[in-house]
Amino acid sequence: MTLWRSLKGRVGEAPLFEKGAPGRKGYVLPELDFEPMADLGLPDEILRKDDPMLPEVTEFEVVRHFTRLSQLNAAIDTMMYPLGSCTMKYNPRSCEKAARIGSFAYGHPLEPEEFHQANLRVMLELGNYLTKITGLDAVTLQPAAGAHGELCGLMMIRAALTARGDARKVVLVPDSAHGTNPATSALNGYQVKSIVSGPDGYVKAESVREAMNEDVACIMITNPNTLGIFETEIREICDIVHEGGGFVYMDGANLNALLGVAQPAGFGIDVMHINLHKTFSTPHGGGGPGAGPVACVAELEPFLPSPVVVGTPQEPRLDYDRPHSIGKLRSFHGNFGMVIRAHCFISEHGVEGLMRIGRDAILSANYLRARLKEFYKVAYETPSMHEVVFNDEKQKANGASTLDIAKRLIDFGFHPPTVYFPLVVPGALMVEPTETEPLEELNRFVVAMRAVDQEIQDSREDFKDAPRTAPARRFDEATAARKPRLRYYPKVTSAAEQ
Amino acid sequence: MRYLPHTPEDVQYMLDAIGVESFDEVIAGIPEALRKFPLDGPERIGEPDLMRHYASMQTGGDVKSSFVGAGLYRHFVPSVVDTLIQRGEFLTAYTPYQPEVAQGTLQAVFEFQTIVAELFGMDIANASLYDGASGTAEAALMALRLGKKRNRLLLSEGLHPEYRQVVETYLGSVDSTVETISLKDGRVDQGQLADALGEDVAGVIVQSPNCLGIVEDLAELGAAIHKSSAKFITVCNSPAALALLKSHGECGADIAVGEGTGIGVPPQFGGPGVGLFAVKKEYLRQMPGRLCGQAVDADGNEGYVLTLSTREQHIRREKATSNICTNQGLMALAFTVHAALLGKTGIKELATQCAQRARYLEQALASKGIMRRHSGAPYVNEFIVELGDKVEDAVRLGVQRKIAVGFDLGRWNPNWQGGLMICVNELQSKGAMDELVSLLEEVVS
Repeated sequence: MTLWRSLKGRVGEAPLFEKGAPGRKGYVLPELDFEPMADLGLPDEILRKDDPMLPEVTEFEVVRHFTRLSQLNAAIDTMMYPLGSCTMKYNPRSCEKAARIGSFAYGHPLEPEEFHQANLRVMLELGNYLTKITGLDAVTLQPAAGAHGELCGLMMIRAALTARGDARKVVLVPDSAHGTNPATSALNGYQVKSIVSGPDGYVKAESVREAMNEDVACIMITNPNTLGIFETEIREICDIVHEGGGFVYMDGANLNALLGVAQPAGFGIDVMHINLHKTFSTPHGGGGPGAGPVACVAELEPFLPSPVVVGTPQEPRLDYDRPHSIGKLRSFHGNFGMVIRAHCFISEHGVEGLMRIGRDAILSANYLRARLKEFYKVAYETPSMHEVVFNDEKQKANGASTLDIAKRLIDFGFHPPTVYFPLVVPGALMVEPTETEPLEELNRFVVAMRAVDQEIQDSREDFKDAPRTAPARRFDEATAARKPRLRYYPKVTSAAEQ
Repeated sequence: MRYLPHTPEDVQYMLDAIGVESFDEVIAGIPEALRKFPLDGPERIGEPDLMRHYASMQTGGDVKSSFVGAGLYRHFVPSVVDTLIQRGEFLTAYTPYQPEVAQGTLQAVFEFQTIVAELFGMDIANASLYDGASGTAEAALMALRLGKKRNRLLLSEGLHPEYRQVVETYLGSVDSTVETISLKDGRVDQGQLADALGEDVAGVIVQSPNCLGIVEDLAELGAAIHKSSAKFITVCNSPAALALLKSHGECGADIAVGEGTGIGVPPQFGGPGVGLFAVKKEYLRQMPGRLCGQAVDADGNEGYVLTLSTREQHIRREKATSNICTNQGLMALAFTVHAALLGKTGIKELATQCAQRARYLEQALASKGIMRRHSGAPYVNEFIVELGDKVEDAVRLGVQRKIAVGFDLGRWNPNWQGGLMICVNELQSKGAMDELVSLLEEVVS
C-alpha cells in the first residue's frame, strides 16, 4: 500500500464520476465498412432519451484511477493474509495465463462442440482429478461458489429422498458451521436443527444420535470444522445418519487440510462441495468469482445438474440426457474460467505436490499455535489442523478486544485473521497461514502478534485507535447501515459556492 | 517445489517448536484408519510444458468468426481491462471485511453499483451476483418474499431457457407455481398476460431484448402488471442494449436483473460472468447479495464499507435473504473498468454499431431470399432467419469452414425449429458477414 496523504490528511481517490471532461473518450470502435442506415428503425417509445451518468475519460485517467484504488488494498501479494476459513494462499500466475488461452477465454458455450474440445477435456479431467482427491464417484462443475455447491448438494439429497418417496424436513447443522449451511438449508425449505459442538471442539456422535430421526434429511458437516479441528467421530456420525435413512453433506471449505492427509470418501460422506478458490487457489478477486464443484457417491450421481461432461479426454462430450437431474443451477457450464485455473494448479503440483499441501498447511498452523499459545488463549486444547482459533480472553482484562488486536495487526503490516467467527468462540481470532507462507513470514507474524499483546499488557493503548498507518481509520459502520448511501450522486453545488 | 517453501530443515524446526517427533503426532486427532487412502492423479508438469500442452489442445483457435450470442454476448474488451484486474492488489484480495485495508476494492464496488443502477435507471444495485440466471432466480424468490401470500410467478416465454431452468431449480422446494406467458409474433402476448394476472401473482418476469433478440415494450407491460400489484421483474443479458433502450426503471421495473458479460468480461465458455441486480429503494432490505455503502472514518474522512449485512447469511444464518456469500468481485471490477472507458456515450455507440452491422447482414440475407422471422418486431443486434430444415446443414457447413453461423433455435424449443439465430457484434466485418451470406445461400439453394 502506498500511503500518500493529501494536505487534508485524506488518503484516497476521488470518485470516478468526478473525473474527466465532456468530449473525452477512452475507447475506439471499429470503422464501419459499409454505408450505415439513417436510422435503426426502432420505435421511439422503446428508446432511451438520457445518457447514463458515466464519466468521459481517457484510458490513462482510467488506469490512474484504478491503479490508485488498487494501492489502497491489502492483498496476498502484498502481505500475509491469514484469514481463517478462506485459505488465502499464493495464486500462481501461470493459472492466470492458462485461463487466457484461446477458447478457454473466448469460447462460447453454445458454439459447436468441435470448436471447444479443449474446454470439455479440461472439464472432464478436472472432474476426474476431483473424484480422485475426494475418493467420491462423480462430479459436477456447475455451481458458481461454495454456497452454490451447498445448494446443489442439498437439492440432490432432496431429489434422492423424493425418489424414495421419503419427504424429510430437517437438516442437522453443527453450531460451528458457516452461515451458508443454515441459509442453504432454509433456501431448500428445510428446518435447521443445531447440534452443539462437544467440549473438545468436535461434534460428538452421541449428539447426532440423539438428534437423528426419520425426519432428518441430512447432516451438513464441515471437516476439518471451522474451529480447525478434525471431526474425530466423523465415521460414526456418518454411520448413524445412514442408519437413520439420511445423507451426509460435507462442507469442503477446509479441504486444503486434507490433501495428502485423509480422504473424504473414507469418512463415509455422500456429497460435498469443493471451493476451487480455496484449495486449488483460483484468486479470490476481492470477493469472487469462485467455483464450487460438487462431488458425490454413485447413489446421488443421477441427480447431478445437467449437463455432465462424459467420454474420454480424446473425445469429451456433454450429456444432456439426465432425466433425474435436479435441473440447472447456473447458465451454461458454471465458472469455467475457474475450472481451467484449478486444472493448471493441480497439473503443476501433480500428486506429489498435492500430497504435501495438507501437511505443510497443518504444520504452519500448529507452528503458529505453539509460538503464540502463551500469549493468546487457544480456544480448544484439541490439536489443530490447518487453522488455529485463539480468543481475546487474556487481553480482555486490559480492555482490549479481538477487534482491537485485529486492527492493530494492520499497523504491523498484516491483514487480520478472521474475527468473531466461528460464533461458538466468543472473541474468536481464526488464523490460517496456508502452506505457501515461508517460515520467515510466519516468524514475523509471531513477532507482530506478541508485540500487540505486549502493548496491551503494558496498557499502552496504541491498539485503541488502530489502525493508524492504513489508508483509512475505523469507520462508523452503524451510521452507514442506518442511513445507507449506496451509490454516487453528483454533488449539488449551491449558488454561493459557484 | 515451486510454490511450497518449507524445506526439510524448516519442517524439522517447526516440528521441534511444536514439540513433537513427527508429523503423524500433529495429526493424531485423525483416526488411523482414515489416514490410509490411495491418491493417484496427474504427474507433475512444469509451466513450459503445461502451457504448450494447453495451446496444442485448442481446436477452436482458427475459428474465423462467430455469430452465436443466444444470451451470452461478446464484445471487444480493451487490453487495459485485463491489465488492471490482474494487479495483485485486486486479484489476490478477499471480500473487503476489513475496510481500512480494502478501500480499493470497496470504492470499485461502489462505482460498480452506481454504474449498474445508472444503466438500469434503478435506485440501487448490489455488488453483483453469480450470473444473470441465478440473479433471475433470486429476483423470483425476492418477489415471493415481498408478495407474502402471493405464490404464482409468471415467466415470459422469451426468458432465456437456461434462466428459466435455473428459476425452476431454485423454486423446487418453495411453495409456488411457475406459469408461462407465451410469445405472440415474438413478443409477450399481452392478452394472455392480462388473463393470467391476479391477486395471487407475486411477480412477472420479462426479458428484453428477449431470448429471440426482440425488444419488448417494457413500459406497456409494466403498466399492466402494476395494476395487479405484482412485482415487475425485468431481465437483460445484453448489457450494451441498456444504454440504447428505454431504461428498466423508466418502464416501472421493481427488480431489474442482468448479465454483464460482454462489458469487460469475455465469454470464458459461459463463466464467470457478472450478475447485475438492481431494485427500487423501498425493497432494499429484501435484496440478496453484498452491498457497499459510504461511511465516515475516525478522522472524519469519507470512505466505504460493506453494509446492511444483517440481511446476509453470515449474520442471519437460516433467516437470511439468500445463501449467497461471494459476489463476482473481479468480474464486477472488469465491468466497471470497461464501462468507465466507454463512458457516457460509448455504450450506446457500441450498441448502435452492433445494430448497424446487424441491419447490413439482415438486408444482405434478404436480398438472397433468406428472410427474418418476426420481421415486424424491433431488435437490436440479434435476429432469426428462416432456414426450414436446413439449420443443421448450415451449422455443419459452418463447422467445416470454421464459422459459428448462429444458434439452432430448435435446441431450445421444438416450436422454434427452422430458425437460425444470428448475433452480430462490432467485430463482424463486412467481409465476415458476406461470407456468412454466401454460406447460408449455398445451404438453402
